[in-house]
Amino acid sequence: MSQTDRPQDASSVSRRGFLRGMSASALAAGALAPAAQALAATVGANAGPGATTSAKAAATVFGPAPIAVNLTINGKTRELRLEPRVTLLDALRNHLDLTGAKKVCDRATCGACTVLLDGKAVYSCTVLAVEAQGKAIETVEGLAEANNGAAPIQKCFVANDAQQCGFCTPGFVMACESVRRRNPHANREQALAELGGNLCRCGTYHGVANAVLDAIHGTTGGK
Amino acid sequence: MADLAWPNPDDCTLIGKRVPRLDGPDKCAGRAKYTYDINRPRMLWAKFATCPFGRARVKSIDIAPAETMAGVVAVEVIAGAGTECKVAFQEVAVVAAESEEIAREAARRIKIEWEPLEHNVVDDDVAMAGNKAKAGKEALTEDFAAAIDGAAVISETEVGCSIITHCCLEPHGSVVEVTEVDGKTSVMAWCSSQAVSGVGGEFAQAAGVDAANVHVSCQHMGGGFGSKFGADLWGALAARLSKKTGRPVKVMLERDMELALAGSRPSAFARMRVGVEDDGAIIAWESAAWGSGGNGGGMGAPSLPYVFGNVEHKKTQTTPIFTNTGGARAWRAPNHPQMCLLTMAALSDAAAELGMDELEFVKKNLGLTGRADVYAEELGIAAELIDWKKKWMPRGDQRGVLRRGLGLAMHTWGGGPHDSNVQCTLHPDGGVEIRCGTQDLGVGARTTIGIVAAETFGIPLNKVTVLIGDNRYPASGGSGGSTTVGAISTATRHACVQALNKLCEAVAPEMNAAAEALVAKDGMVRGKESTAGGVPFADACRRIGTQPIVTMGQTQRGNGMSDQGVGGVQMAEVEVDCETGIVTMQKLVAVQDCGRIIDLLTTESQVRGAMIMGVCAALYEERIMDPVTGTLLNPDLEFYKLAGIADVGELVVHMMQTPDHLKRGVIGIGEPPAISPMAAISNAVANAIGARVKRCPMTPDRVLAAMKA
Repeated sequence: MSQTDRPQDASSVSRRGFLRGMSASALAAGALAPAAQALAATVGANAGPGATTSAKAAATVFGPAPIAVNLTINGKTRELRLEPRVTLLDALRNHLDLTGAKKVCDRATCGACTVLLDGKAVYSCTVLAVEAQGKAIETVEGLAEANNGAAPIQKCFVANDAQQCGFCTPGFVMACESVRRRNPHANREQALAELGGNLCRCGTYHGVANAVLDAIHGTTGGK
Repeated sequence: MADLAWPNPDDCTLIGKRVPRLDGPDKCAGRAKYTYDINRPRMLWAKFATCPFGRARVKSIDIAPAETMAGVVAVEVIAGAGTECKVAFQEVAVVAAESEEIAREAARRIKIEWEPLEHNVVDDDVAMAGNKAKAGKEALTEDFAAAIDGAAVISETEVGCSIITHCCLEPHGSVVEVTEVDGKTSVMAWCSSQAVSGVGGEFAQAAGVDAANVHVSCQHMGGGFGSKFGADLWGALAARLSKKTGRPVKVMLERDMELALAGSRPSAFARMRVGVEDDGAIIAWESAAWGSGGNGGGMGAPSLPYVFGNVEHKKTQTTPIFTNTGGARAWRAPNHPQMCLLTMAALSDAAAELGMDELEFVKKNLGLTGRADVYAEELGIAAELIDWKKKWMPRGDQRGVLRRGLGLAMHTWGGGPHDSNVQCTLHPDGGVEIRCGTQDLGVGARTTIGIVAAETFGIPLNKVTVLIGDNRYPASGGSGGSTTVGAISTATRHACVQALNKLCEAVAPEMNAAAEALVAKDGMVRGKESTAGGVPFADACRRIGTQPIVTMGQTQRGNGMSDQGVGGVQMAEVEVDCETGIVTMQKLVAVQDCGRIIDLLTTESQVRGAMIMGVCAALYEERIMDPVTGTLLNPDLEFYKLAGIADVGELVVHMMQTPDHLKRGVIGIGEPPAISPMAAISNAVANAIGARVKRCPMTPDRVLAAMKA
């Protein structure tokens, strides 16, 4: 018996475990839900030599060997060869050395890995890299580079000391940027409600709250 | 020239002001590289196979399924057949592989047969823990029985708190690169460590070299809180595997191992009796405490009662419980938060028993503390900030679903400096470099050094290059016990004043002035009495010749440079929903002294952070063990709960910065404000609902149970 081999009934299968289980064998389109089938269709064009055809379901199967994966990151196209089970977070961190997004819980709880996918804040630890193909991926590094080293929200983080150890910071920056873009008039309560998916251990919430409101309303001159 | 003494606060442009941290821009742009972020060419990933039981013997282990997997480079058995594992998630084997995914899968494929053994994970019940509970000796003052029996009122309290973990967001781990060139072995180790100057020896031993051949770097670290002093088995394994494979190896714990093994704070529970006079004077204290620090046993100092230690008649006894769980490590003010909870809860209950306002009750008994004057002043300020007089209502007086309550707590800590060395290099072009083997846990150590250097030379902060987090820089103590700021600030001042004085000597002849009459201010070197003119700092530096000035500074103790011993008061306001049992933070006020503050901005951040950690312990987080298998039931951040941004209420920080406080010099701040919040919040909940919730975190079920009792 090992920790990861606990029997689970169908109703208790987590999204993460499901993805893992699939990748351990192969990403078989025929066995997936409709959304994932669409995904397989999307990646089909880039499947490369790692793709085979399952006789049983007559569907395209990717992996377990690495396949070609094209990602659009911070406006640039990056071609990688990845096992289909590689998450977007691991693709960024381990294959592209974009280590701004952090791995903390690895289970879609803490938000340290937050990136923007087509402008929407997502937990990149729970998005497969192959799923992110064809979408605009924006990371904390890209946000800074597009703004001469520091976007307004990042300047507000510095001015309001919205960081201590800084390990949750890149995730919070991206989550705050998402709030700022989607709700440019958010009040304190609305902004905080939207940041409930990010956790900090040092306890820097006071600074983060001030930073996001500063970025939205220019309240403390951090802009 | 300048004296070593801290400059007059009125003359300071940086010291004591709110200065944004130097590494802030790098951290929020994702440029700051933490240990976890280090990627090296040809680097291998290491993952563990671990024990699924609280205690079990390895009957057999078969690593072949892992070894034969494509992409696996090395497999090492840590606990071979016959080995007894004593805690869940204990390391049994480690795999090094080409990718993180392969390493994880290979570790899973290792076949281990287990013989489960009897274990104990019960830390909250002396009877259930059986022979794992080792009753300590009773300490008894003379005439205790007569004293407590003679008290006008005897109040009784039972309260405690669960084991919590450090839960650093960057887990423990290292990236190690062992290289051999011409038979000479050297080690490069990136390690998430609170003790960069001291940790090299562990890598040296693991790689079989002298510590002199080990280079350690930690430029940024994702939290430590007392749990990251050593490289641990994980760092040693990275070194061993790197030596064996000839490739860099990354070992970073996954969240489950981090929560199970990498540090925890002991639980503490107690039954207490407090004997008081009618006027509120405490005359007798009795406590029977128990709790567990895991496989190492129980809690240590401080003793009970906390802060109010001078109660005349005392009877105390402690029973440590040994459990098959990951061991305790120093957790921000080791044992103080727990002892504060036990003591302040008992005092609050005694006040309620007497029908007295808790604030008046503690004021009445300040003579039993070591810092009565400081506490009296701080209590007054905190009461104003939370509007105690207007808001306080007697315990249990409220009706209705939503009830508000106020509570308070008090704490103490040392915070004197450790030994630190700082090197200052003043270049002939005016560039200033400061080197120190300290580390920045996120508290602003880098910024502190920069502020002191810039203030001393009278130059802008961005003209100072601060180099830390490297064991090749002058040695500095481990960052624990609030010892860092007093050390690095005074050592930096010491080094920079010497360099400045050499500069003044070099430039004096040309300025037709005595070196003693020169000062560095506003980017200029000029006469002491002048407010304008002089020579720009960089021009002055050209007079020192081609060799930079290099000076060394050391920690300065006493003489107004640094000190130890602080007190703090916190007051909490909560709202309790009596139908759901949910406690909502309204406001938490901290009033704290810590001598002279170098950076008010990062200091306040650290205090607020400590308060929020206290909110987590009071309301949300705890380690939950499975009594059947002995494993950890919440090894993730979904069920190991931390407060979110909307859960903490309003936080108010007041730092004591009167001339009397400033003249003491610099004192550490990391621990003290982390002590009181749990106690203050427990008391606030008791005040709101009229009953003591017996255990922190005060989860809704525990709140409802307390109301029913």
